[in-house]
Amino acid sequence: MTFDPQLLKLFGGVLGILLVASVIGWRLAKRPGDEKWRATVANLNARTAAWWVIAAVFAGSLFVGKTGLLVLFGLASFLALREFITLTPTRPGDHRTLFWAFFIITPLQYWMIAEEWYGLFSILIPVYVFLFIPVRSALAGDCERFLERTAKIQWALMVCVFCLSHAPALMTLKIAGYEGQNAKLVFYLVAVTQISDVLQYVWGKTLGRHRMVPTVSPNKTWEGFIGGIASATAIGAGLWWITPFTPLQSAGMSLAITCLGFAGGLVMSAIKRDRGVKDYGALIEGHGGMMDRIDSLCFAAPVFFHLTRFYFT
Amino acid sequence: MTSLLLTGTVRLLCGVRAHWQGCDPVPRQRIYFANHTSNLDALVIWAALPPSLRTTTRPVAARDYWQKGPIRRYLAHHVFHAILIERQKVTAGTNPLTAMIAAMGTTDSLIIFPEGGRKGGPEPEAFKSGLYHLAKQKPDVELIPVYLENLNRVLPKGESLPVPTLCSLTLGAPLRLASGETKPDFLERARLAVWNLRNT
Repeated sequence: MTFDPQLLKLFGGVLGILLVASVIGWRLAKRPGDEKWRATVANLNARTAAWWVIAAVFAGSLFVGKTGLLVLFGLASFLALREFITLTPTRPGDHRTLFWAFFIITPLQYWMIAEEWYGLFSILIPVYVFLFIPVRSALAGDCERFLERTAKIQWALMVCVFCLSHAPALMTLKIAGYEGQNAKLVFYLVAVTQISDVLQYVWGKTLGRHRMVPTVSPNKTWEGFIGGIASATAIGAGLWWITPFTPLQSAGMSLAITCLGFAGGLVMSAIKRDRGVKDYGALIEGHGGMMDRIDSLCFAAPVFFHLTRFYFT
Repeated sequence: MTSLLLTGTVRLLCGVRAHWQGCDPVPRQRIYFANHTSNLDALVIWAALPPSLRTTTRPVAARDYWQKGPIRRYLAHHVFHAILIERQKVTAGTNPLTAMIAAMGTTDSLIIFPEGGRKGGPEPEAFKSGLYHLAKQKPDVELIPVYLENLNRVLPKGESLPVPTLCSLTLGAPLRLASGETKPDFLERARLAVWNLRNT
């Protein structure tokens, strides 16, 4: 395997950003302040610490390549699905259906991607699983809230497995003049969504005044949205040299990714609100659960995949 | 090695997080008593303990379930050193209490499910009297109430294949038998101690 020197540069860049963030967090923690300030700084530092781990795991998978990314995102799908199903009030009649969802459908989706079978992995869950789920549940004989239960399981599989699996599926695209470099596209997608999340948080915390949809998320403000999207799009445009895109195309792609990322965060917040929880889980210190970290990625991945596939292959 | 694999599997299935609310994970002789909702209960409590406590904490489990098949037998005897008790046909010779007290000696802790069998609803049913007799005969041992949540969704009654769901486990403050407390009073107090942990 020949290693891409540009990836090495990107790893160096991430290392630099994390070092700066850690130093800033360490400085902030030493500054005196009231209770609320200290809690915010402690959460910020917990998030940064978790970022080191996330970055290391992600870098390791990128280094391994397609298989590494399939394993990483497959595991992320599994954990996200586990959080989602925990929040969803299913009934004993769903048990066998859920077993299929976790142990057969999820691995099958990632296996289809490993096989690069686009014709099947792009419709497996939206078509075949869509038909299978209600049949399996009906066979269990429990009719109570049948449509609601079926819809929730289907939705969970769509978001946690189908949508997310489009991130490693970028490895299967054949882009002329970009052969063997697709790992950088996965990096690009993940980096832009996550930077956008962080910048929306920073802009919102510092300048946020006007709440967008207070009933869904009190932390989402117009200032955070505009500032975060604009600055993350600018950074994404500046990363054009690692993609097959021109700077302008890269800006367009980043705008699409950041807007969808925002949409993902908003939708998943609405679900949390409805279920009366703040986080999907407690897997990642300072961030909440897996779903809290990848909500934006779930929405951005399929659209970025199809835009790239349609215009560049 | 097996125990590592086992705790790993339990983590993957239930993500178990232990909330030590009323006590700390310290090496003391204890009896953990919990609500019983699934066949995984004993395993989950055992796996949630720090490794140093696992070696001296032994689940009390039904002989008819854990003697079935070589895997269950191996796990029960060699991994979590379960104390297997008779559920049906209890005679003086197979009195579970004698076995439990003998197995505890002066060092080991127990994990017990005073409801006996597994029930359907979330609220624990009336406790059987074993806990009272243990409290009476072992007054120095701490009785720790444990509330298990969501485990019946991982492995409901009658199912053999698990579905991953996040579970939680809350450990409360130790209970003691008050002087002059009657058996029904104590058992009801113990049951409520478990049930009241659900909201903490």
